[in-house]
Amino acid sequence: MIASTWQWLTDPVNWSGPGSIPNQILTHLWYSAIALFVASLIAIPAGLAIGHTGRGRFFGVNLAAAARAIPSLGLLFLMVLWLFPKFSGSSGSAAFVVPSLIVLAVLAIPPILAGAYAGVEGVDPAARDAAKGMGMTGMQVLRRVEIPNAMPLIFSGFRSATLQVIATATLAAVVGADGLGRFLIDGQKIRDYPQMAGGSLVVAILALVVDLLLGTIQRYAVSPGLTGRRTSASRRGRSDGVSGSAESAGRSNTPLDVEISDPRRTVDSQPS
Amino acid sequence: MKLKRISVTVAVVAALLGTAACGGSGGGDPLATKSSSSGGGGDSSAITVGSADFPESALLAEIYAGALEAKGVKVNKKLNIGAREAYIPALQDGSIDLIPEYTGVLRDYFKKDMPGKDSEAVYTELKGVLPGTLTVLDKSAAEDKDALVMKKSKADELGVKSIEDLKGKSQDLVVGGPPEWKTRITGLVGFKQIYGLEFKQFRPLDAGGPLTLQALKNGQIDAGDIFTTDPNIQTADLVALEDPKNMFAAQNVVPLITKSKSNDTIAGALNAVSAKLDTETLTKLLKQVVVDKKDADVVAKDFLSQAGLS
Amino acid sequence: MTWFIDHLGEVWDLGRQHAVLAGLPLLLGLLIALPLGWLARRFRWLYAPFTAGFGLLYTIPSLALFVILPLVTGRGILDPFNVIVAMTLYTVALLVRTVADGLGSVPGAVTNAATAMGYTPGKRFFAVELPLAVPVISAGLRVAAVSNVSIVSVGTVIGVQQLGLFFSDGFNRQFYDPIVVGIVACIVLALLFDAVILVVTRLLTPWLRATGARA
Repeated sequence: MIASTWQWLTDPVNWSGPGSIPNQILTHLWYSAIALFVASLIAIPAGLAIGHTGRGRFFGVNLAAAARAIPSLGLLFLMVLWLFPKFSGSSGSAAFVVPSLIVLAVLAIPPILAGAYAGVEGVDPAARDAAKGMGMTGMQVLRRVEIPNAMPLIFSGFRSATLQVIATATLAAVVGADGLGRFLIDGQKIRDYPQMAGGSLVVAILALVVDLLLGTIQRYAVSPGLTGRRTSASRRGRSDGVSGSAESAGRSNTPLDVEISDPRRTVDSQPS
Repeated sequence: MKLKRISVTVAVVAALLGTAACGGSGGGDPLATKSSSSGGGGDSSAITVGSADFPESALLAEIYAGALEAKGVKVNKKLNIGAREAYIPALQDGSIDLIPEYTGVLRDYFKKDMPGKDSEAVYTELKGVLPGTLTVLDKSAAEDKDALVMKKSKADELGVKSIEDLKGKSQDLVVGGPPEWKTRITGLVGFKQIYGLEFKQFRPLDAGGPLTLQALKNGQIDAGDIFTTDPNIQTADLVALEDPKNMFAAQNVVPLITKSKSNDTIAGALNAVSAKLDTETLTKLLKQVVVDKKDADVVAKDFLSQAGLS
Repeated sequence: MTWFIDHLGEVWDLGRQHAVLAGLPLLLGLLIALPLGWLARRFRWLYAPFTAGFGLLYTIPSLALFVILPLVTGRGILDPFNVIVAMTLYTVALLVRTVADGLGSVPGAVTNAATAMGYTPGKRFFAVELPLAVPVISAGLRVAAVSNVSIVSVGTVIGVQQLGLFFSDGFNRQFYDPIVVGIVACIVLALLFDAVILVVTRLLTPWLRATGARA
């Protein structure tokens, strides 16, 4: 099994032409990127607004929790039945992709939303007060203090979402779209298990590589004062100093979801 | 103190899960198959009927189950197992004992590229390629084969009645079918070798399922794989192209059963069902499930009582 | 709605099986993740490889895992055992980091105090560190619970009896009712799991109620 999987992975036939591994990786990334972009467009502003104003928290959080509970496969079938008739003729091939994109975006919204609002909410009130004291307007506080401080958690949420989206984008192949899921579905149909195993391996590696890439970007996008790159006393060190378990029950330091490499802080996905 | 609390909690959770698992049916194994009225799970004399995950297969399985129960056989049902790639291994490992099948595809599953095309030849070849533990009973006259289907308007526009007529036109057409069509003789390979057709694009969808149907109706594909008993061919104004060179082999409905589970009562009951089934009847029954959204077991029951098999 | 009422028995049956397939692995996964998380905490050099390595398990597409696992376990293709194994893997993937971070969230002063009071390391772990880590672990468990409920429905591709069968049934007949009923049943089940975890967390963390903090 391992040998034949390796054989499939290294067979040059699978590395060129339409439907080849590189092509399907690109398509897979393309689907994932669109879904994550759309999800971010909705979830980041919403999360920042909730975190900044403190309003709509109950509504937003519960909606996100409910969205998390929606089974992707069911939603996918529902979307296909509903949307297919809406695409016809030349815009046709979108019909195969759009339902999957919606499902992936729905999947990505909760962790991104949670990251954004938990990040802003968790900003040290002293920092916020200081900014206000310096005469900043609400927008300036958000832009120049809250968002930079929230970056680690925003990233953390986004990375969780990315991992889930990349792993789940394989479902697109169930409903006739491309992407790495094709190897899984096509492999199953002709009982070509090395192809299935190889395809899954590519998905896992892709998720890993993308996560490492995002980790690197995070390193440079997040203010050095927060990442501990400058001061060796990390955030964790600080939270260790806080006595009492209320802190550990607190929202912002609660780990969540999957996280491959080592972001210092993680997001609480499901605050109560 | 804490330890005690933890153990209490664990007990609570276990109890909750236990209730969830064991509530309802008397059986201890919560994951056992749903047994039908006369069945009592775990009985070695009981027979487990499976089906593939499409409506016609589930309907046929319900018919088989009903007919067997009428003869006093204990039946468990395990319906809507995925594709053949899942349920044949399930038959071989004893998870299920009986499943409705189709002669042509079943033969191709065990051995590719056999020459037989008509019902008798395919049935004979099928018996020859089955593994020793499995057997098929009598085939029925009911047939449900793959067909290349187009929208009636599109077929008329191109003046196409058979697959052969697509010659010289296929390079502008998008064809949809199950993913395995890409490499099979009953797919793209056959269209090329047998009919000399090359299509503009192949879109991997499903085997005569909702994707192919929707894509066909909405024009994302020009021609697609739909099964001949599909009531949507009538209701959605589609037309099945003729297959003059018999690329698609015969597909008679046939019970596939584990040899050791079969006996005279069981074989008799199932053969009686096969004798009563023809394509027209099957199409009508399927329409009740797919179009009228009736439950397969209800439709099966009606059929059995009308056919005097209940 | 009529469809739902007519098929109540089926929803209940499949829902129960779905609950077992998603719920049992939560307990098993937690049991496996506890020692692993503890190791990642105890030996700091294990933290990165453990959390990253086990996290990677989560990226194995469920579609493939469900099909390939029977070949690996040697159990029958319809054997729910395979699904339990797969879901346990996913649960462990989510929980190792959670457990490690949860144990890490226990303030150093507290563990020092426990040691000073004469707690042996084993007793300290069960009586002090683990209970204090409960809120964090519980948050991770809630995510795993919801994720499990969703992933189990993909078991439809290999014919496992669970709520996902409503999805394929509805899809095959272009019939919204079963799909919607299946989705709603999954959401209800996920919320039920969530509620159970919350209640258990509350029972385990009386001090949070005492101080008025939220879990």
